[in-house]
Amino acid sequence: MEATARPTASSRVTRFLRLVRSAPLTAKFGMVVTLAYAFVALFAPLIAPYGEVEVVSRVPFDGWSAEHFLGTDQLGRDFLSRLIFGARNSISIALVTTIISFTIGCLLGMFAALVGGFVDQVLSRIVDALMSVPDLIFILMILSILGGSIVNLILIIAILTSTRFYRISRAAALNVASLDFVEAAKARGEGNLWIAVNEIFPNILPLLLSELGMRFCFIFLNIAALSFLGVGIQPPTAEWGSMVRDNAALINMGDMTPLIPAAAIALLAIAVNFVVDWMLNRASGLTEEG
Amino acid sequence: MTRKSRPILSMVASRVGLGVLSLIIVSLVIFSAVAMLPGSYASAILGQNATPEAVAAMEEQLGLNEPWFLRYLGWLGAAATGDMGMSFAGRPVMDVIGPRLINTVVLASITAVIAVPVSILLGILCARFRGRFIDKFLSTSTLASISVPEFFVAYIVMMVLAVKLQLFPSMAGIRASMDWGDQLYRMVLPILTLLLVILAHMVRNTRAAILSVMASPYIEMARLKGEPESRVVMRQALPNAIGPIASVVALNLAYLISGVVVIEVVFVYPGVGQAMIDAVRNRDVPVIQACALIFAAAYIGFNLIADVISIISNPRLLHPR
Repeated sequence: MEATARPTASSRVTRFLRLVRSAPLTAKFGMVVTLAYAFVALFAPLIAPYGEVEVVSRVPFDGWSAEHFLGTDQLGRDFLSRLIFGARNSISIALVTTIISFTIGCLLGMFAALVGGFVDQVLSRIVDALMSVPDLIFILMILSILGGSIVNLILIIAILTSTRFYRISRAAALNVASLDFVEAAKARGEGNLWIAVNEIFPNILPLLLSELGMRFCFIFLNIAALSFLGVGIQPPTAEWGSMVRDNAALINMGDMTPLIPAAAIALLAIAVNFVVDWMLNRASGLTEEG
Repeated sequence: MTRKSRPILSMVASRVGLGVLSLIIVSLVIFSAVAMLPGSYASAILGQNATPEAVAAMEEQLGLNEPWFLRYLGWLGAAATGDMGMSFAGRPVMDVIGPRLINTVVLASITAVIAVPVSILLGILCARFRGRFIDKFLSTSTLASISVPEFFVAYIVMMVLAVKLQLFPSMAGIRASMDWGDQLYRMVLPILTLLLVILAHMVRNTRAAILSVMASPYIEMARLKGEPESRVVMRQALPNAIGPIASVVALNLAYLISGVVVIEVVFVYPGVGQAMIDAVRNRDVPVIQACALIFAAAYIGFNLIADVISIISNPRLLHPR
């Protein structure tokens, strides 16, 4: 494929392709679905037949037709278009939240492992306390008081989730921190941040990757659940969880349209979990035995 | 030296102490959440149009002029005796939540009573026939169903059993005046949904717990002795896996808490979760606080039970490195 690239890069690409080819069917399925979602999210404005908040019909809850493939929603907006824009909104918000919490959690975790002592104790106890509350309940309470803006939503979920990254990166970094190359860097007089990013992070990254995928799913589902409950992403932004809620009345009439966004959420989460499961199995060497 | 003589007791006591500590921290957070309200608490109760004098009088009446830790202690003491104050709508919070709390506890207990044995059975089945069709089928389908949002499962169940087949009512609006059979009949769909959600987690965790025991050398020894595989799983692996399984069950019951909120909303079941969402929509802070405190206490309680069980079942945990 990448024949023109330098030999190291091209061998890396072939190694990656061979790895992908050796993946079980579920993981391949997961990768294809994830890529398809990414495509839809990236090119949403080009794919969607109508605008995100454009009222295109006077008939709310209109049935499926050639003009509006999946009918219209409660305000007469095109359901399919909102579904497509929903991919962009739901995925990007979950992605931003995951990245923020990954950054906070890993940096603090590695820092705690490197410095140790009092700082480590204080950080770890705070994390323990944060982990002892049920996520959804805590988020609901804070959002109901601060108001459900997207920034609040992202920050609260990111902070609560970063506790998981903290735990795992601290534990992994503790194993690496006593190795020679870290000692060497310390002896050279490098700062803690430099050591964390350049020496420790690359060595614990494989461990963190599957956690990253798992937490993305978790955050994605949490945001959908919050929007479904009416406290997450607020209208008129198209979001899959709130689309289910707004059109739920149709379900009692036997119309399955409102279930499509829910199915879209489920499919992406399943796809990512399949890939994560494969990575976990590979890491623990269980592939041969299933 | 006295600590060394009863290691399990002191370990359990320290875990209970930690649990109480986190409950206190959580209650502090819940209490101080009021302080984050835009505007003062008193004007939040009286509404936008209150005169400054009325607000001041209300603050006096609520005791808002006292230092915050005195108010916190008063609030916590009252909460411990079941008095959660007045809601913004003017009713005592416990009158709003009390009957709903019973409904939620009934819903969750029925689910737990069914889920625990079934999930342990399925988990054992997966571990016994590891890599065979039943294991692959259950592992893949449970992996899929833990990735599905709860409301999706709920609506699918509702669509199939209530709307298409018309076997059960789609709304679980039970009332105290209904008799037991009728109430139970209306609770079938929420229970079924909760079961589907929680079973997937429990089966996966049970399977993992047994399989991690199965990796130990003494299991290999039993196999080499020629014991049949079923006997190896039931007699050799299971006794050592009971501790991890029990703690996994307790953890999943804690997980039930967030599931219950969504499912109560979908089926309009009059429970604490529904009350909390209603309160969130009306920004009725005292009710939100009470619900959050109840959920957090249950969550911490279940986690504590999980901790204690795993300590008792695995004495090695008594000696942390």
